[in-house]
Amino acid sequence: MSKAKPLSLYVPEPQCRPGETPDFSGFIVPKAGAVRRPDIDVAPAEIHDLAYSIIRVLNREGEAVGPWAEQLSDEEALEGLRNMMKVRAYDARLLMAQRQGKTSFYMQSLGEEAIACAFQKALKPGDMNFPTYRQQGLLITSGYPIVDMMNQVYSNARDPMAGRQLPVMYSSKKHGFFTISGNLATQFVQAVGWAMASAIKGDTKIAAGWIGDGATAESDFYAAMVFASTYHAPVVLNVVNNQWAISTFQGIARGDAPTFASRGLGFGMPSLRVDGNDYLAVYAVSKWAIDRARSGHGPTLIEHVTYRAGAHSTSDDPSAYRPKDEVTAWPLGDPVERLKAYLIKKGAWSEERHAQAKAQIESEMVQFQKEAEAIGTLHSGSGPSVREMFEDVYKETPIHLKRQRQEAGV
Amino acid sequence: MARMTMIEALRDGLDVAMSRDENVVVYGEDVGYFGGVFRVTQGLQKKYGKQRCFDSPINESGIVGTAIGMAVYGLRPCVEIQFADYVYPAYDQIVSEAARIRYRSNGDFTVPLTIRMPSGGGIFGGQTHSQSPEAVFAHVCGLKTVMPSNPYDAKGLLIASIEDDDPVIFLEPKRLYNGPFDGHHERPVTPWKKHELGEVPEGHYSIPLGQAAVRREGADVTVLAYGTMVFVALAAAEETGIDAEVIDLRTILPLDLETIENSVKKTGRCVIVHEATRTCGFGAELMSVVQESCFYRLEAPIIRVTGWDTPYPHAHEWAYFPGPGRVGEALKKVMESA
Ligand SMILES: Cc1ncc(C[n+]2csc(CCOP(=O)(O)OP(=O)(O)O)c2C)c(N)n1
Ligand SMILES: [Mg+2]
Repeated sequence: MSKAKPLSLYVPEPQCRPGETPDFSGFIVPKAGAVRRPDIDVAPAEIHDLAYSIIRVLNREGEAVGPWAEQLSDEEALEGLRNMMKVRAYDARLLMAQRQGKTSFYMQSLGEEAIACAFQKALKPGDMNFPTYRQQGLLITSGYPIVDMMNQVYSNARDPMAGRQLPVMYSSKKHGFFTISGNLATQFVQAVGWAMASAIKGDTKIAAGWIGDGATAESDFYAAMVFASTYHAPVVLNVVNNQWAISTFQGIARGDAPTFASRGLGFGMPSLRVDGNDYLAVYAVSKWAIDRARSGHGPTLIEHVTYRAGAHSTSDDPSAYRPKDEVTAWPLGDPVERLKAYLIKKGAWSEERHAQAKAQIESEMVQFQKEAEAIGTLHSGSGPSVREMFEDVYKETPIHLKRQRQEAGV
Repeated sequence: MARMTMIEALRDGLDVAMSRDENVVVYGEDVGYFGGVFRVTQGLQKKYGKQRCFDSPINESGIVGTAIGMAVYGLRPCVEIQFADYVYPAYDQIVSEAARIRYRSNGDFTVPLTIRMPSGGGIFGGQTHSQSPEAVFAHVCGLKTVMPSNPYDAKGLLIASIEDDDPVIFLEPKRLYNGPFDGHHERPVTPWKKHELGEVPEGHYSIPLGQAAVRREGADVTVLAYGTMVFVALAAAEETGIDAEVIDLRTILPLDLETIENSVKKTGRCVIVHEATRTCGFGAELMSVVQESCFYRLEAPIIRVTGWDTPYPHAHEWAYFPGPGRVGEALKKVMESA
């Protein structure tokens, strides 16, 4: 027998690093309209191909094409455009506010707005999202007051979370938005349990789990899939693959082996991959999975393919680990620009009206911000009472905590 | 001798350990190319190659589980958990596995593993970037738990931890990364470059695990502290004018019983300070130890000053943080009684 060569550890690397030219030539973008649209009660084994392709509706000419098109009226599409623009304007204001020292931290969803905005549109009242910190689009689309989102980010006296949570960690049962945890992936499996409860109770509500590409590496991702698929839970499991997890590229979570969507196949779940920068495609695929779940056919795994156009958070500087122009080389474009082009092409929108709408949304945001700042920001104005710190640890404050509260003098 | 921040000192410690022993490997989330979100491992991948310093998938149980496997093979992994708040998915691997492998195999298999993690608050990180979980590790037999309070100790203790043949939980008070912090958040931070404990010798040295340091000698009361609270306690002693002896535990487990006992027997009074929540916090253990060995020398009840028994809040960080005001009150109270 020949002597074995010494082994060596393989450590994957992204296509390019700072100083190199971004190269997405290995990233295959199927033509818009090319992927078939099965019925919602299809057997998972019959649609394995959908986990490996990318469902796209908007083509380069700004037309909606193929079997996943024509789900939304022009009015509905316009509303989607406005919601995405709101999210973007909201993010821009608060990013700036953080830079001005008005709060401690912020996370934007630049470039990913279509995903949360379109998904929320396909849900019904009573359904529940278990989001990550990058789905502010769900809240904005559901009509949650933007001033209250700002109050949360500022931890001021009107903060619905009483100053307890880091900025962007919103919560609203009424709006189908489960309280955000800082700990990755925990919510993904909780969504499955919520959906199981809906089934146990004989309700018709469905749940949606959310997770990032990086966080799919957590064991809770697999726990969610084994429970969801075992019990046919009425849940849609969303992976937002924005290519990066802070400085770590999606390959370290095996996103190229060959897709995140394909993880679902081993559990016998329908697993779809969608162009996350295509509002119409995200809506159509989300609707398909939501309808499937609601009609008792069980869970679906959706991989939303997108790109994190901004920094991970205000504590991060991506120029240290990826080329600055990688975002412009990203082949799926910008979700706002693409939906805008579609509506203009259809004659339902124009550059002028777009510019007007943008200015109007931005001035609304400024108004909301003034309103929130009139109450307070993290370090000035009126904040939540210190007593709040001791509330809600339990339903009733136990004696040891009451004594501590006294000791704190509040 | 160079003056360093705590981040630079930790990096230097890793560098020394890696250069002396090729079995030392370093990995964790964002640890490789980028060098960690706090930049502790910056440059190590370039210097030692991807096989010895690399990015890991986001799976804390996987990070610790694979590190146990490597340690059992004969490597000395030093892995990073991005924030102590995110160590819990790895808790089973740490508690049921790393901590007991020597015992259950009668020494056949051992786990020379160091798990680094930034801990503590003071940076407006809210409940998931501020926790001090030392007590949940100190409670587990088979683990050693370390928390340095300055660059000199950080390097020496980290090297000692990596060279130790048992698993070590290495907690880094992130509020001290760039300078000593005494709880006066309204004042500008003094950088380590201007502090004598920022002086870090070149090359190899180590500080034995299990040895506390007396940061301030005093006759009236013993203050037991570690991490950020060392500087808070020193400030409280200065501000109250009370002649406190401030002991920096440095290693939480094994505990330096002798230094503690000798000091309390001398002063007859004891105040315990930690940032973690109070109930079943490490202060409870310290109080028991002092009570058991120094009861007849105590002139006043022992007092704990700790974080409140609530999650770490965002807006009320400074109402939560046991600052020099609260520690000063405790010093006065312990001097007044009996
Ligand atoms: C359990 C746990 N481990 C580590 C972290 C630190 N952390 C916060 S966000 C993040 C990257 C997540 O990336 P991804 O899942 O791709 O989501 P994205 O930020 O891209 O939306 C990491 C490692 C955490 N919050 N929780
Ligand atoms: Mg990501």
